[in-house]
Amino acid sequence: MAVTGIILVLFLIAHMLGNLKIFTGATSFDHYAHWLREIGAPLLPGVWFLWILRTALVVSVVGHIWAATTLALRARAARPVRYAHRKPVQGSYAARTMRWGGVIILLFVIYHLLDLTTGTLNPVGDPSRPYANVVADFAPKRWYVTLFYTLSVVAVGFHLRHGVFSALRSLGQQTPRGERRARVVALVLAVGLCVGYLVVPFAVLTGLVS
Amino acid sequence: MDLYTEGDPIADAKAPDGPIETRWDRRRFEAKLVNPANRRKMTVIVVGTGLAGGSAAATLAEQGYRVRSYCYQDSPRRAHSIAAQGGINAAKNYRNDGDSVHRLFYDTVKGGDFRSRESNVHRLAEVSVNIIDQCVAQGVPFAREYGGLLDTRSFGGAQVQRTFYARGQTGQQLLLGAYQALERQIGLGNVEMNSRHEMLELVIVDGKARGIVVRDLVTGEISTEMADAVVLASGGYGNVFYLSTNAKGCNVTATWRAHRKGAYFANPCYTQIHPTCIPVSGDHQSKLTLMSESLRNDGRVWVPKAKGDDRAPRDIPEDERDYYLERIYPSFGNLVPRDIASRAAKNVCDEGRGVGPTNLGVYLDFADAINRLGRKAIEAKYGNLFEMYERITGEDPYEVPMRIYPAVHYTMGGLWVDYDLQSTIPGLFVIGEANFSDHGANRLGASALMQGLADGYFVLPSTIANYLAASPLDAVDASHPEALAARADVEDRITRLLAVNGDRTVDSFHRELGQIMWEHCGMERSEAGLRKAIDEIRALREQFWQRVRVPGDGEGLNQSLEKAGRVADFFELAELMCIDALHREESCGGHFRAEHQTPDGEAQRDDDRFAYVAAWEYTGTGEPAVLHKEDLKFEYVHPTQRSYK
Amino acid sequence: MNLTLRIWRQKGPEDKGRMVTYQVDDVSPDMSFLEMLDVLNERLILAGDEPVAFDHDCREGICGACGMVINGNAHGPQKMTTACQLHMRHFADGETIDIEPWRARAFPVVKDLVVNRGSLDKIIAAGGYITAPTGSAPEAHSTPVAKANADAAFESAACIGCGACVAACPNGSGMLFTAAKVTQLSLLPQGQPERFTRVIGMVDAHDEAGFGGCTNAGECTAVCPKGIPLNTIGRLNRDYLKATAKRGDNTPGS
Repeated sequence: MAVTGIILVLFLIAHMLGNLKIFTGATSFDHYAHWLREIGAPLLPGVWFLWILRTALVVSVVGHIWAATTLALRARAARPVRYAHRKPVQGSYAARTMRWGGVIILLFVIYHLLDLTTGTLNPVGDPSRPYANVVADFAPKRWYVTLFYTLSVVAVGFHLRHGVFSALRSLGQQTPRGERRARVVALVLAVGLCVGYLVVPFAVLTGLVS
Repeated sequence: MDLYTEGDPIADAKAPDGPIETRWDRRRFEAKLVNPANRRKMTVIVVGTGLAGGSAAATLAEQGYRVRSYCYQDSPRRAHSIAAQGGINAAKNYRNDGDSVHRLFYDTVKGGDFRSRESNVHRLAEVSVNIIDQCVAQGVPFAREYGGLLDTRSFGGAQVQRTFYARGQTGQQLLLGAYQALERQIGLGNVEMNSRHEMLELVIVDGKARGIVVRDLVTGEISTEMADAVVLASGGYGNVFYLSTNAKGCNVTATWRAHRKGAYFANPCYTQIHPTCIPVSGDHQSKLTLMSESLRNDGRVWVPKAKGDDRAPRDIPEDERDYYLERIYPSFGNLVPRDIASRAAKNVCDEGRGVGPTNLGVYLDFADAINRLGRKAIEAKYGNLFEMYERITGEDPYEVPMRIYPAVHYTMGGLWVDYDLQSTIPGLFVIGEANFSDHGANRLGASALMQGLADGYFVLPSTIANYLAASPLDAVDASHPEALAARADVEDRITRLLAVNGDRTVDSFHRELGQIMWEHCGMERSEAGLRKAIDEIRALREQFWQRVRVPGDGEGLNQSLEKAGRVADFFELAELMCIDALHREESCGGHFRAEHQTPDGEAQRDDDRFAYVAAWEYTGTGEPAVLHKEDLKFEYVHPTQRSYK
Repeated sequence: MNLTLRIWRQKGPEDKGRMVTYQVDDVSPDMSFLEMLDVLNERLILAGDEPVAFDHDCREGICGACGMVINGNAHGPQKMTTACQLHMRHFADGETIDIEPWRARAFPVVKDLVVNRGSLDKIIAAGGYITAPTGSAPEAHSTPVAKANADAAFESAACIGCGACVAACPNGSGMLFTAAKVTQLSLLPQGQPERFTRVIGMVDAHDEAGFGGCTNAGECTAVCPKGIPLNTIGRLNRDYLKATAKRGDNTPGS
């Protein structure tokens, strides 16, 4: 859980930095997107590196879901009779929404791939013009896409707020001071990524990027 | 007097003579040993898993015996030793303050008001140093100083700092150490642990203790377990008073059943009453909570000078307050020993000057200490105690003085044992608070934990081998006629309790019995009161067997049935306690007879007539018990009158 | 105070169990929660009903016997307090209070509010000790322990084994209980030789008993009457990672 999660967090950071290149203009952004496909060349031919990366991500996602499912099934088995009086959350709210949050994020990722990777669900859908795809996606009249995107990113934020802390704990963070630090790191990452991901659609929505 | 008859005196035949510091070594050397290969063939039953029982079961299993352990709680870790707060004494002399084995021995004999056996107490003091080593090796997190060495503090009745502690939870930490050693042996398959099992009868075959009858509290199943020896470590009987600082489940049944089968019960009237407990808040009260004695170091005890003064404590001006301990005992003041502080509180309340809703309470005031040292310092010293007080009473002791009242805390009496901790029934050993032990008529603070662990880790494992090695026992099983008879008795008693189906609950009887005992056999006893109590107890016992209502059946968990059996035994014990208190026409330690006090109200011992252990033999319920005297000889510590003025 | 109680009644392990409503009147705010149940039971007995079975013993918050979920909270609404130390002044007149047993597969219900917590003892038996047979101990002062470590070990050792952590955990995990003991013993020099076998043995016993896995949700420490901190679980994790890396590596000196 912790190891696959951390791989995915690193990917999210890289992905966000890439997204922010949209503010440097269409040419630059499109150039970056094409470069992504050719990293590693000429050592690795063509899109090899991309596929290695994709494989690693898929393995991480599958591993992450597999581990989460195992934990969820164990949790269910560990309490065969439920409480009649449901308890209020006393620990962290983020921790209690990990499972549903995870499902929302998974659905979003599928949509997101169909939208901006394959272009299937994108109004432009031209893989060679990613900038145009993005701008078309978050156009004001397609406000529902932006809304879904926003909700999903917030879900990611919640997921990370507990996930990053929990991953550090699972990997052996053990002092009270370290615990406070781990919580700060988790919060900063969660808020940072949320903001980083949300500025793009809102920039499009407000016409800052067009 | 037809309440008892006097039988032959008894002697502790096992205690070696010679110089006192050589006796334990000699006893151990002269004791027979059991070959390790033979130990595997021997089974020892241990009843109770507190400090004494837990440590004994673990140690016997380590030595290679097969051990069967029983406790009524759902886990051996919950035995009531867990609630001991203060600490454990040991003559380590780490402070270089003049402590020694001899001084601990001396303090304990004197603290016990010269009613304990010198040989036993000296052994206890010798072994005390090994206990600390043992517990540290097990990972007991004792308080330490910055240098990493063990910290100690001083405790009542001693002028040296010899008390080792783990914050206010020393009993818990020591018990968990013993519990973990026990669990290790359970995991290794050397101990068969039976939690939620209650011993209801002792099985004697050919005059020797060979087994017990137990009830599985979950299934209700009655079974007979046979063994080569039986060890009782079932604790004290303070719950005869209903309200005490004991756990709700603490009971006398195991020891009382053994007493009925022939084991003598020694000094039942010696009970310790602790002065600093939280007072009763109403009729619903189910138990009392102790506040550490250390509070008296900084708190001042007072009541209003006028009777029935029900103003709020802060509205009572200084010159209308009676700091009675400081007034009566100017040199010791608020730090007089437990029994004296308790009795003084009772006296002022009897005069009608008690405080609080029930008028059974005195103030323990920290206002002066807070003014002098600041609230911070008081918080650092007593913060957790103040929190506990506030949790229970809802009052803030930083603002309003605490209210305290004495409560039954420990029982020095118990089954009579010889130097080997063997009762008058061969093969029946009794350890910890369950035996009449080493504390005489009064136990010093931080000595209960010491005695429990000394018995369990070091003394019993040496002495029981002598018994097992010396007596090749015939194989017997649960089908032996004696075993069948014992089992039938148990079943019959349960059937009788369930059959009464009367109109009063078990608790209502227990509460009433407790009131009789507290009134007449508590802090101060008199001949008239004790005689009255005996009549009342007998009448109430009759009522109990006619009117008690025990719902449900014997199958499965039935907490009312468990309580009913325990209360039935408390009735019989209560009577013996009063008889013992009545016959002991002197005041000593925890036993204060109104007729026997000095002109200024202090306890007056009568060493010429009463320097003996009173060991009682059972002859039948309501029948006159037989008194056997064991004379106490003082070769090393010479009896003196205590004075704290 | 007059209260309405809804209490889980279950005759035995095989019974299905249900919430049953009772009315208790004239409750004093100075009663403890368990004394309030005593009052109910006295009335039930006299009315010819079976009293509610619940575990309790010391009634001063240290033995760990009592435990019930009160309005969804293990040990009730007051922090750092066991059910036996909880007083009725924390409830309002006329309130309805739901009382349920600890619910976990590893804690099967015996009757009503009484559960079997033997699985916790099994975790201790699987390694929650320091092997020091009686008589083998060196002089106590031969091994100094830094005060900070001794204090932290004590903090973890304060666990009373009540099982509230399991009852509150959304995963039904007993990791806080396990971690408290692992932490205590791994902080002390005496605990080092068995440090890694201990953590593996205890975690295996924990999983075998049917407890759920830990997701660091933190509900356990919120209800713990002794305030065992969550970072003990981090210490357990670290020891466990090191131990699994070393598993099978018995080379002396390694």
